[in-house]
Amino acid sequence: MSLSRVLIYSLVLLAAVFYLLPLFVMLMTSLKDLEEIRSGTLLSLPQGLNFDAWSKAWGTACTGVDCNGMKGFFWNSVLIVVPAVIISTILGALNGYVLTKWRFRGSNLFFGMLLIGTMIPFQVILLPMARTLGFLGLAGTTSGLIMVHIIYGLAFTTLFFRNYYISIPNELVNAARIDGAGFWLIFFRIVLPISVPIVVVSVIWQFTQIWNDFLFGVVYSSGDAQPITVALNNLVNTSMGVKEYNVDMAAAIIAALPTLLVYIVAGKYFVRGLTAGAVKG
Amino acid sequence: MNVSSSSRQSLGTLLPKIVVAPTFVVTLVFIYGFMLWNAWLSFSSSRMLPKYDWAGFIQYEKLFANDRWWVAAQNLLVFGGLFIVICLLVGLFLAIFLDQKIRAEGAIRTIYLYPMALSFIVTGTVWKWILNPELGIQRMVREMGFESFSFDWLVNADMAIYTVVLAGVWQSSGFVMALCLAGLRGVDENVVKAARVDGASMPLIYRRIIIPGLGPVFFSALIVLTHIAIKSFDLIVALTGGGPGYATDVPATFMYTYSFTRGQIGLGSAASMMMLMAVVAIIVPYLYSELRERKQ
Repeated sequence: MSLSRVLIYSLVLLAAVFYLLPLFVMLMTSLKDLEEIRSGTLLSLPQGLNFDAWSKAWGTACTGVDCNGMKGFFWNSVLIVVPAVIISTILGALNGYVLTKWRFRGSNLFFGMLLIGTMIPFQVILLPMARTLGFLGLAGTTSGLIMVHIIYGLAFTTLFFRNYYISIPNELVNAARIDGAGFWLIFFRIVLPISVPIVVVSVIWQFTQIWNDFLFGVVYSSGDAQPITVALNNLVNTSMGVKEYNVDMAAAIIAALPTLLVYIVAGKYFVRGLTAGAVKG
Repeated sequence: MNVSSSSRQSLGTLLPKIVVAPTFVVTLVFIYGFMLWNAWLSFSSSRMLPKYDWAGFIQYEKLFANDRWWVAAQNLLVFGGLFIVICLLVGLFLAIFLDQKIRAEGAIRTIYLYPMALSFIVTGTVWKWILNPELGIQRMVREMGFESFSFDWLVNADMAIYTVVLAGVWQSSGFVMALCLAGLRGVDENVVKAARVDGASMPLIYRRIIIPGLGPVFFSALIVLTHIAIKSFDLIVALTGGGPGYATDVPATFMYTYSFTRGQIGLGSAASMMMLMAVVAIIVPYLYSELRERKQ
C-alpha cells in the first residue's frame, strides 16, 4: 500500500470516529451510574450493563412538573406521526398524479406556488397558525399538531410524487384512457403499483421530519400532548434535583431510536428523499 | 345520451381539479394567507394579543433599535457562514476520499450520514454533554495529564456560537458528502483517463476538471445549507439555549422568545418577516437560474 493510500485510509477512519464518537459517548454514559460518571471520563467504559438510567428515562424521569418519563411523549409522537405521514403521503401522491397526468390550465402555477411552500421559514406562519388553532379549539392538542404537520408536509410529498410521476411515459396513461379507463382506475391499476419506491421515500421523509420536529411541537403543544423532542428538551433543561446525565443520554437515545432504525433499514431511500427534497426543495 | 356523455366529460375534467383542490386551498390559506396575516401583524401595534390596527413601521424600528436582534443577526452570519463553508469543504473532501475505491465504502458512508437522521434536539443534547467543562472533553484531557487544558466554549459568551457550528457540521456534513459523491460518480471517466494519459496528476485533475464540474452540486448544497442555517432553532435551543445570556441567539430563537414568552407579537412577526426577506434573497436568484436552465 502506498503512502497516499495509508493517508487516505487514516483520514477516512478518523472522520468515521468523529461521526461515531457522540453516539458512543451517549451509549456509554447511559449505561453508567452517577458515581461512575463523576469518577470516570467521557470515554471510560461502564462497569457493567446497567439499564437503570434507561428505565428511569422511560418511566419516571421528570420533564418539568410531571415525573412520568418519556413513555407518554413517545406515544404522543407515534400518534402524531402515523396519521400525519399517511394523510400527507396519500394527498401528495394524488397531487403528483394530477400535476403530471391530468394537467389543467394553471396546474404549473399551482405547482410553483406549492414549491415556494417548501422554502419559506416557518417562523413566518407561526403566529397566524397559533391563532387559527386557538379558533378551532385545537391549541395544545395532538390533533392540532397532526393538522399542522399535514399542511406543511404537503408541499414536500407533492414534490416527491410529481418528480417521480413525470418520468412515467404519458403514452401508458393515454392508452388506458382510450380504452375507457378513468381517473381512479388508471391511478390504482397503473400508477400506484409502480409507485412503491417513491411511497417509501415519502413515508421515510415525512416520518423523520415529523418525528424530529421541535418548532411546531414547542409552539403548538402543551402538557401531556407534547411530542418527544419537546419532552427531551424539558427533561435535559429541568432544573430540579441532581443533574442525571445518564438519564439524559438514555432519553436522547430513546428519542433518536425510531429515526435511526429507519435510517439503518432503509438508508438508500432516506438519501434519495434528502436529495430529492434538497435539489429541488 | 348526449347530455349524459357531456356531463360525464365535465366530471372527467373536473375530477382532477377536485382532487387537488384541498391542497390548493390549504396552500393559499395556510402559506400565502398566513404570510400576509403575519405581515399585517408586523405593521400593527400588537403586544400580548394581536391587534389589527396600522402602526406603520414601529415594530421594525423597535426591532432595529434592539441590541439583541443585532446580536442574533450577527450570530446567524457567523454561524451560517462557518457552518456552510465547513460543511461544503468537509463534505467535498470526504466524498473525494471515499471515491478512491475504499473498502467497506457502504458502511463508512452510512456512518458519515447517520447524524442527519437525528433530531437537532438529540444532537444538541449530546454535544452539550460532550462539551460541558466539568465532565466533558475538558475534564477528559485534564485527566490525561494536561492539567492546564481549557475548553470552555460552551459557557464562554465569545466562543459559544462556535460550538453550534461544530454540532451543526457534525450533523449536516454527511449530507454534503452524499451529494458530492453522487456528483463525482457522474463524472465522465474517459475525460479523466485522457487527462491521465496526457500526464496530469490526480490532484491536478481534481482541481482543474472534476471539482469545477461539481458546480451544480455545490449550488444545491449551498441552497440547502443556507436554508438550514436561517431556520436553525432546535439546535441552539438544545445546545446553548441561546446563552450564555443571549450570546448565541439567532433570529429564529429571537422570534420565538419575543412572540411566545415575552408577549411581543408585533416585534416577533417583524423579526420573522426579516427572516422571510433573507430566504427570498436567496431563493429568487436560485429560481431564476433554474428557470433559465430549463428554457435552454
